[in-house]
Amino acid sequence: MSNKETLTGAEALIRSLEMENVEIMFGLPGGCILPAYDPLLKSSIRHILVRHEQGAGHMAQGYAHVTGRPGVAMVTSGPAATNMVTPLCDAFMDSIPMVCITGQVSTTAIGTDAFQECDTVGITRSVTKHNELIMHPDDIPMVVRQAFHIATTGRPGPVLIDVPKDVLQNTMTWSWPTDEEVIASLPGYRPTTKGHPKMIKEAAKLILAAEKPLLYIGGGVLKARAADVVRELAELLQIPVVTTLMARGAFPDNHPLCLGMPGMHGNATAITAMQKSDLLINFGARFDDRVTGKVSTFAPDAKVIHVDIDPAEQGKVRKPDVPIVGDCRIVVEEILKSVQELLAEGTKQVNIDPWRSKVSGWREKFPVAYDQSEPGGRLKPQFCLEKLRDAAPEGTIVVSGVGQHQMWTSLFWKFNEPYTWVNSGGLGTMGFSVPAAIGAKAARPDRTVWAIDGDGCFQMTAQELVTASTEGIHIKVAILNNTYLGMVRQWQEMFYGERYSEVNLAGCPDFVKWAEAMGCVGIRVDSVEEIDGAIELANSINDRSVVIDFRVEEFEKVFPMVPAGASNDDVLLHPSQESQREFLR
Amino acid sequence: MRTINSKNPFGDSHQHHVLSVLVQNRPGVLARVSGLFARRGYNIFSLAVAPTDDADYSRITIVVDISATPLEQIVKQLFKLIDVVRITELDPRKSVERELMLATVRIDGEQRGQVVELANVFEAKVLAVGNDAMTLSMDGTPEKLDDFEELLKGYGIVESQRTGRVALPNLEREARKGALKGKAS
Repeated sequence: MSNKETLTGAEALIRSLEMENVEIMFGLPGGCILPAYDPLLKSSIRHILVRHEQGAGHMAQGYAHVTGRPGVAMVTSGPAATNMVTPLCDAFMDSIPMVCITGQVSTTAIGTDAFQECDTVGITRSVTKHNELIMHPDDIPMVVRQAFHIATTGRPGPVLIDVPKDVLQNTMTWSWPTDEEVIASLPGYRPTTKGHPKMIKEAAKLILAAEKPLLYIGGGVLKARAADVVRELAELLQIPVVTTLMARGAFPDNHPLCLGMPGMHGNATAITAMQKSDLLINFGARFDDRVTGKVSTFAPDAKVIHVDIDPAEQGKVRKPDVPIVGDCRIVVEEILKSVQELLAEGTKQVNIDPWRSKVSGWREKFPVAYDQSEPGGRLKPQFCLEKLRDAAPEGTIVVSGVGQHQMWTSLFWKFNEPYTWVNSGGLGTMGFSVPAAIGAKAARPDRTVWAIDGDGCFQMTAQELVTASTEGIHIKVAILNNTYLGMVRQWQEMFYGERYSEVNLAGCPDFVKWAEAMGCVGIRVDSVEEIDGAIELANSINDRSVVIDFRVEEFEKVFPMVPAGASNDDVLLHPSQESQREFLR
Repeated sequence: MRTINSKNPFGDSHQHHVLSVLVQNRPGVLARVSGLFARRGYNIFSLAVAPTDDADYSRITIVVDISATPLEQIVKQLFKLIDVVRITELDPRKSVERELMLATVRIDGEQRGQVVELANVFEAKVLAVGNDAMTLSMDGTPEKLDDFEELLKGYGIVESQRTGRVALPNLEREARKGALKGKAS
């Protein structure tokens, strides 16, 4: 590319995105970002026009979740930027690589309370990994390169670029910075990827010496694309694995060593295995409060190996015995190598058969359970999920909202492949599902994408189904409709003496008609008999999005449950299993 | 408000630590640093900031109150800011610290002489003299400023302002903990 070429800032921005291999971006134009939308007309980048800026952000997240590539969103200034705050924060909490471009009022108008002006970098400072206000068009290529570099390296996260209108309109001399120039421009940013060799050796020794080891794997395993290495290590030493909410699918659910999800709504075996373990091997998880329960009583006898690319996670919640800062894939490969060397030198792994048989015993006694509905009774949401799961084609991507349906999906779906589960873990953003599913489907048009949603969530972002219809991105939505803010209702039932306050969503719109109005096929399911036919129909439709409204039991609760602030030892089991609690001691 | 014991400012409790933070001299960098402290519930005791001899960089000297948060976590979170280049913890026993104070003191009659005498003892300067008040300036170690301030209170301080401390490691030895090079992520 010629060094003498003169471009407008807008042209430079779009070309920079092309240079970063952006294929799809999600957005909605407006006053200040207008200039950037003109060169888009002749760009190779596909732009998905959303109906609300929050939708653009979650779509970018969904795209990033399933591809590992940064999701890109572009919106205008002021209200568009503030609508983007939720997705940015969501991406920040779940370490999702994302680059967001916002328009800004002209440099001359900044600070004057101009129309649609807001302090976007100020507002988003604490919900982004980094953000930048560009004050000169010459800076555009470098800032874009920095943004993609920062978003995708180290602990991934969202980066926002705020571009004033005159910066887009004025001209610049095009030049594309080299990798070296990008790195030199960020003297304070040098992520550590390789683990410390001494610590790796130490970890390998601890792993071989543990009587009750447990692999506690989190989203970092997926970010680092380390699922296969983790599996190799687990299989070599036959160590059981728990997968956090962010790591569902990172280790196959159908694997005999997989114990599933721990935490507040984890299964009893996964929770108890953590409590009783003498060595937690944490790969890319962060001891989230939803996993640990009461920290002072969490895994009291366990030593901890903590592998995390973010040094600030080391010791933030639980002091590790062996902290290793580095990329999960690189570090786990090194640990595996070190373990193999020790074994070759004659070091024996402690016999962990008694531990494994204990874990197996829990699994047999405490499967994830629910009561089947009485004949003629209301649908059970778990039953609907099992039916959806069993009819789903291989490789189906599941995207959930936040609440009871999210926990049931994590508990009842079988995730046997990485990058097939997309959800809002850290921030818990209701309304995440529909737009994130559209983003996932845009990235993986060959896959079936099921959005599992609640009726509360659906009403927050359903309008993006219009985007799905107009853009031809056909997803499938299953609403587990209990006409309640179900999780809140469950807490009010259990912890507020059944005093239900503002949780009844009766008076929901007719979801079938709503779906049809948005160009989708709508199906209502009221009885058990209708389930199979509805799912079959939904799976057979590929030229439109489909919404199934499952009218489910209102008072169903998620079990197991560790009440907020309680110890994992005091997990509430499904009522049918409470009598067997002694076996978990 | 001041919790440092002037006799033993970094006594047994070690509640305060001095961080010297080298940052890229760019718009918004102070907001990033102070925003991080606010967001994570860390307490800043004092803060001083100015460009270094290299105008591309600024140095922020932060005295942090670590009664609620371990210093290590503060340093690690701080280092995650892209604009933060280096963080050094300065042990007060192995670094030079200075702070500047301006104080206007109420004086009547013969007290004027006493205050001037006090100023001489502390090597403070008289900046302005009025009928019933006097403005003094003093730089020195924070402890010395504490002592001076304490004595001036006896006369009645009308207004005073301290800059917060700035610090550099001692020449003869490296700072005790050296550069706390956190790792970016």
